[in-house]
Amino acid sequence: MTDMFTKLAIYFQYPFVRYALIVGVLIALCSSLLGVTLVLKRFSFIGDGLSHVAFGAIAIATVLKLSNNMFIVLPVTVICAVLLLSAGQNAKIKGDAAIAMISVGALAIGYLIMNVFSTSSNLTGDVCSTLFGSTSILTLSVSEVWLCVILSAVVIIVYILFFNRIFAVTFDEAFSTATGVNAKAYNLLIAIIIAVIIVLAMNLVGSLLISALIIFPALSAMRVFKGFKTVIFCSAVISVVCAVIGLLVSILASTPVGCTIVAADIVLFLIFMPIGKAKA
Amino acid sequence: MTQLKCENVSLGYAGHAVVTNLNFEVNAGDYLCVVGEIGTGKSTLIKTLLGLIPQLEGEITRADGLSARDIGYLPQQTAFQRDFPATVGEIVLSGCLGHCAGRPFYNRNDRALARKSMERLDIYHLKRRCYRELSGGQQQRVLLARALCATSRLLVLDEPTSGLDPKATAELYDIIYDLNKKDGITVIMVSHDLKTSVKYASHILHLSAESIFFGSRSAYERSALGRVFLERIEEEHHD
Repeated sequence: MTDMFTKLAIYFQYPFVRYALIVGVLIALCSSLLGVTLVLKRFSFIGDGLSHVAFGAIAIATVLKLSNNMFIVLPVTVICAVLLLSAGQNAKIKGDAAIAMISVGALAIGYLIMNVFSTSSNLTGDVCSTLFGSTSILTLSVSEVWLCVILSAVVIIVYILFFNRIFAVTFDEAFSTATGVNAKAYNLLIAIIIAVIIVLAMNLVGSLLISALIIFPALSAMRVFKGFKTVIFCSAVISVVCAVIGLLVSILASTPVGCTIVAADIVLFLIFMPIGKAKA
Repeated sequence: MTQLKCENVSLGYAGHAVVTNLNFEVNAGDYLCVVGEIGTGKSTLIKTLLGLIPQLEGEITRADGLSARDIGYLPQQTAFQRDFPATVGEIVLSGCLGHCAGRPFYNRNDRALARKSMERLDIYHLKRRCYRELSGGQQQRVLLARALCATSRLLVLDEPTSGLDPKATAELYDIIYDLNKKDGITVIMVSHDLKTSVKYASHILHLSAESIFFGSRSAYERSALGRVFLERIEEEHHD
């Protein structure tokens, strides 16, 4: 036990470990906020879809040799999120089909572009780290950490300010529109927030595992708690706790960061499920 | 005082008209029941009146200073609302959002209004209960309380009793009638339950594929369309 702590203490002397923890906690916090809304709107898989879009955008940025790929990845993902969430109700290709289409389409095109144009000697490694996050969270630069801190702060502040409206639009879009709340605008806002969160979270868990980060805390919290506010609060706490546990375990046991965090989320869900049953 | 007026209105989706040449008006304090068989455009009419979809032709005028923020709406429940994690208090309070322009949070007046609406519908003791654990009748009261937070003038109800047992249905009809008579709230209600509608309503709008009837209840009972439908219900009742 003391062994473990001395080992951790040594690791925490390195700034990159501290950065990873800060970024991990912030991303976990942000991604849990909208989980409940997305699960309830039957958009659980939007995380997957959008993260694959982000993957495709990263592939293009890599080929174009852009120094900071955030400038292409963020706008592309935001545009796709807006298209999926706001056009979702009236589009010819609806909800899950549209997400599946964009998701696998972007994945295929992204890998194709990387394969054809890439000059990297370790193509499989590049792809794998984008998909599973692997170690990129441990190689964050100071500017990336700041960018993440600022974006997270913006997401959290916007979410708190619009909390009541996001609730109303999630619960009943027709009523909100009928009584003069601009539901379309808030759907747009939700789409933009979720896109920002996904681009942020790609660093932490990679594009294949983002959905887990978004939906598991929400599902666990929904088992046990009954109010919207308490569910959101609980899912934020669960998400942060799991991120910290996952990061620490992955450092100690040298396991991949993203997968370890998701595993922690799964364990907590399995614990919460019987508690919810017992309460009901 | 006229609150809502429809002149030569056509309704429908994507250029396909379901109802054409619709004329009627609603005065303050009226209890208008919209009846008709499935597919005759009842729900489309409600959505158009609320401004959720545009009318294809004609003019809908809101008078008497009525704006979108003065309409309380009781929509049909969607499947996902039945497992929504939210307390009764949270849902009722969300009816106040229409008055919260430019304010991110609820203030004391909103909370007082929510409490008053819950007390009016006798659900204040359920305030902290979870919506999904309530009975169908209680859930409808919660949504009605939310609608009361949005307005004290005009309630639009879309099949409020669908899925309720006979006792809860009767209770809900009584509550709605009470709100109309005691609180003077105008009611526009869509219903497939013609018998009860005729019992409570002051005016009837009957949509059918062949013709449209609009007028007072007594005129409806005397009209050809009304007589045919009311007789048919009597027969079904006897069978």
